[in-house]
Amino acid sequence: MRVWYLLLALMAPNAMAAWEVNMRQGVTEISHAVYDLHMTIFWVCVAIGVVVFGVMFYSIYHHRKSRGAVSDDFHESTKLEIVWTAIPFAILVVMAIPATQVLVQMYDASDSDIDIKVMGYQWKWSYEYLGQDLGNGENLAYFSNLATPRQEVYNESEKNPNYLLEVDEPLVIPANKKVRFLISANDVIHAFWVPDFAVKKDAIPGFINEAWTNVPEPGIYRGQCAELCGEAHGYMPIVVKVVPEDEYVAWVENKRQQVAAARGITPTVASK
Amino acid sequence: MSSATAIRRTLIKGLMVGVAMFGFGFALVPLYDIICEIAGVNGKTNTVAYTGTAEVDESREVRVIFMSVNGGAMPWHFRPEVTEMVVKPGQVYNTAYYAENLTGRDLVAQAVPSVSPGYAASHMNKIECFCFEQQPLAGGQDTRMPLQFMVDPDLPKSVRAITLNYTLFDITERVMRESASR
Amino acid sequence: MSAVIDTHGHEDHGPKRGFMRWVTTTNHKDIGAMYLWFSLAMFFVGGLFALIIRSELFQPGLQIVEPEFFNQMTTMHGLIMVFGAVMPAFVGLANWLIPVMIGGPDMALPRLNNWSFWLLPFSFTILLSTMFMEGGGPNYGWTFYAPLSTSYAPPSVTFFIFAMHLMGVSSILGSINIIATIFNMRAPGMTLMKMPMFVWSWLITSYLLVAVIPVLAGVITMMLMDINFGTSFFDAAGGGDPVLFQHVFWFFGHPEVYIMILPAFGIVSHIIPAFARKPLFGYSSMVYATSSIAFLSFIVWAHHMFTVGIPLVGELFFMYATMLIAVPTGVKVFNWITTMFRGSMTFETPMLFALAFVVLFTIGGFSGLMLAIAPADFQYHDTYFVVAHFHYVLVPGAIFAIFAAMYYWLPKMTGNMYPEWLGKLHFWLSFVGMNLTFFPMHFIGLAGMPRRIPDYNMQFADFNMVASVGAFAFGFTQLLFLAIVIITIRGGKKAEAKSWEGAEGLEWSLPSPAPYHTFATPPEVK
Ligand code: HEM
Ligand SMILES: [Cu+2]
Ligand SMILES: [Cu+2]
Repeated sequence: MRVWYLLLALMAPNAMAAWEVNMRQGVTEISHAVYDLHMTIFWVCVAIGVVVFGVMFYSIYHHRKSRGAVSDDFHESTKLEIVWTAIPFAILVVMAIPATQVLVQMYDASDSDIDIKVMGYQWKWSYEYLGQDLGNGENLAYFSNLATPRQEVYNESEKNPNYLLEVDEPLVIPANKKVRFLISANDVIHAFWVPDFAVKKDAIPGFINEAWTNVPEPGIYRGQCAELCGEAHGYMPIVVKVVPEDEYVAWVENKRQQVAAARGITPTVASK
Repeated sequence: MSSATAIRRTLIKGLMVGVAMFGFGFALVPLYDIICEIAGVNGKTNTVAYTGTAEVDESREVRVIFMSVNGGAMPWHFRPEVTEMVVKPGQVYNTAYYAENLTGRDLVAQAVPSVSPGYAASHMNKIECFCFEQQPLAGGQDTRMPLQFMVDPDLPKSVRAITLNYTLFDITERVMRESASR
Repeated sequence: MSAVIDTHGHEDHGPKRGFMRWVTTTNHKDIGAMYLWFSLAMFFVGGLFALIIRSELFQPGLQIVEPEFFNQMTTMHGLIMVFGAVMPAFVGLANWLIPVMIGGPDMALPRLNNWSFWLLPFSFTILLSTMFMEGGGPNYGWTFYAPLSTSYAPPSVTFFIFAMHLMGVSSILGSINIIATIFNMRAPGMTLMKMPMFVWSWLITSYLLVAVIPVLAGVITMMLMDINFGTSFFDAAGGGDPVLFQHVFWFFGHPEVYIMILPAFGIVSHIIPAFARKPLFGYSSMVYATSSIAFLSFIVWAHHMFTVGIPLVGELFFMYATMLIAVPTGVKVFNWITTMFRGSMTFETPMLFALAFVVLFTIGGFSGLMLAIAPADFQYHDTYFVVAHFHYVLVPGAIFAIFAAMYYWLPKMTGNMYPEWLGKLHFWLSFVGMNLTFFPMHFIGLAGMPRRIPDYNMQFADFNMVASVGAFAFGFTQLLFLAIVIITIRGGKKAEAKSWEGAEGLEWSLPSPAPYHTFATPPEVK
């Protein structure tokens, strides 16, 4: 069955996302910059490849014994060696410039509007909104667990399109705000990765790392833990729900009340 | 042939290089700490009290964000007194963390500090910190653990916010083991 | 070059008979052959694990194994292939070939050589036996990051560490022996800059091994101490740092990946000139390029750690250094291609493997270059794109070079020509199978599939299925290689002393098969 599906898909490559062959462009300025870098270095490689393999296949075709080729015996040329050391070097220097620029941008997590503590656990994530007091000095925080049912994993029921990429409680952030993630872990090393934001940072027990994003478009974005962290490493997805700012404010207020009530804390009035 | 001695010499030299590189592997540990201190890898901060003083830089304000993490199965409540302060480099500030032992057992904790961005770590001077010592806490008790700090005026201008995190680990077993073996 | 064959008659130097011959042998050809057989056995064991992985990944959902066992499979596959298959194969070739290539009678330290080999079966028996221990075998990846491999590891980790130590001692002794051989056993006139490229590449590799295997030994010793003696090298609670583990590991690990490719460079530098009937272009630049790759490989390790949160300056340093290492790698490729240019080429099996090596290894180099761009690596890191990268440099890189070497020197080892059509069949099936397996992994990785997961979303399903089909094709094709080797040992067209028209080097001055003892009187090298 699947074979036919395979063939069909080959004939209509754009019809199915499953045959995606390139990196996702993502939705942030940074992810677009990363995509551009990826494409640039890719085309550089293609260009070098065309020249190098071109010469190689030319020789393979023309300088074969069966076509009567007689071998030369030149075997040294300092000039050539210098040329093919210098040219790649120059290409790489040029390539390093935009790469450096993007990296500098990625590292600048100052001036964030919102700070969120992201913690990796075996095997779930937790999110804590710094400064969102529940009423007893503690911050609004909750766990985010895989929501895919076991039956789907064990092929006992049909798989949802977001199979393994669904959680009970997504991370909610506002659009058009600089959000800083302060990332750590409770047990082993995990990695927080949301491809559409081009954010990937290791979550290391005992230490914090930071990363940031600023998402212009509301939407739901999915990622996964990207560092082997034990048995259920493949089962700790990340879902980020990006909402307009006013919706975010309302959500935080609501969530605060809800979490406080669940824990028997009298919530204070909205702080932000 | 004299090559037998030459071979022997190569063998010995090779083994010596091997042993030296094995030692080098271990030397990487202190070396790494030194590099961490200079470059602020992982946001490691000073582990003994800072004693210097500095002139207050009135022209700048820096946000300091306080964070707490429970490492492993640490069964305490642990949180900063305030989540954020706006500070002037060079000035000394006081704040604290709260801890409450939710179990009925006496436990010992160790707080491990980490600063982000990493290269701000060496500019986050802790004058008094609960992380310098182990923190014993009887079952059911709570405590306020003071922290006195100063942001160094040398802090690069590009850093406008510093996050100071403490991860609290349960080291009761380790402490018991050590005192038992003593 | 004159051919001087061991004909002295005061003593019959034929091998002993029976099992004890292999246990006690100090003959470099025997030991080389044992290394090669051991490596082939491990190749099949590691391959079996790979097929279990690919079976599970054939479709989304869990079908065959549980995640915990899946993790053991990925870990064991990596460990066995790296330390059990690729490295011993190159050491085996080194043992067999280096003495005859430099005109020496044997390895410099023959008894040590026997030891180096016999440590390996013990090491890998222990490693494999961990899978039957309580809590299972290693499940923390071949890179065994702490604290997953320390505080959170199954109890068998101590045996894993012991096995790695044995393997490490074997490697260090083996490489010291190679250095001693190259420096002391060369025939008169065989100056360093006349040495065949394979010997050169192994000399440099040996230095890398002696320098970095002890560091690996150091890091696993630290793990052992953390686990059993209460130290905290990698435990934040006690003042340690899990990231330190990664720095020390990759200080070993990056040179290690070059250890697996430099001898392949050497092999290809013999085969391409032989079948292009034209001397290697830029011999001395090849030597310099190999040396600079070896040197640079010590200062790029953190490109495996771009996402751990290294400070910006560090990140930039490692990015630039990694990009730089592509330059000497490129020089080697250009030299091979210029060697072919205006040659007179024929395409026997060794040449086919060597040509595929050049093209496909270069593709792996390209993806390496892409991975070197730190901001882009944030998207590639720990995805199938990395898996595609290192399989392109290791399968058609290291392993194809090993196949090429076997076909090329098998006539010298066995005295018989392998059946050419079977060799070609093996090549083409491997070529297609390998590309079918690993090329789609680039796509899966770019689409966002993390590595080391037993199950995935349907968006990755189609290419995963292709990869699994390819893996089975590639895997079963290798049984053909085993068959070819056995057929060639047992008979076939008699090989001439110089088995290939364009072959150069002292080994071809010996009869085929090469006698048990060779060059007891050193040949004259002009
Ligand atoms: C042009 C030269 C090369 C460059 C620039 C390069 C670059 C890289 C980079 C940046 C990574 C890290 C990717 C990541 O984890 O995000 C990587 C991974 C890797 N490379 Fe290369 N590479 C090159 C050649 C090679 C060669 C020749 C080999 C071995 C024969 C090799 C084997 C590996 C392996 C095994 C890994 C993955 C290790 C792991 O995480 O399990 N690479 N390479
Ligand atoms: Cu994880
Ligand atoms: Cu590397």
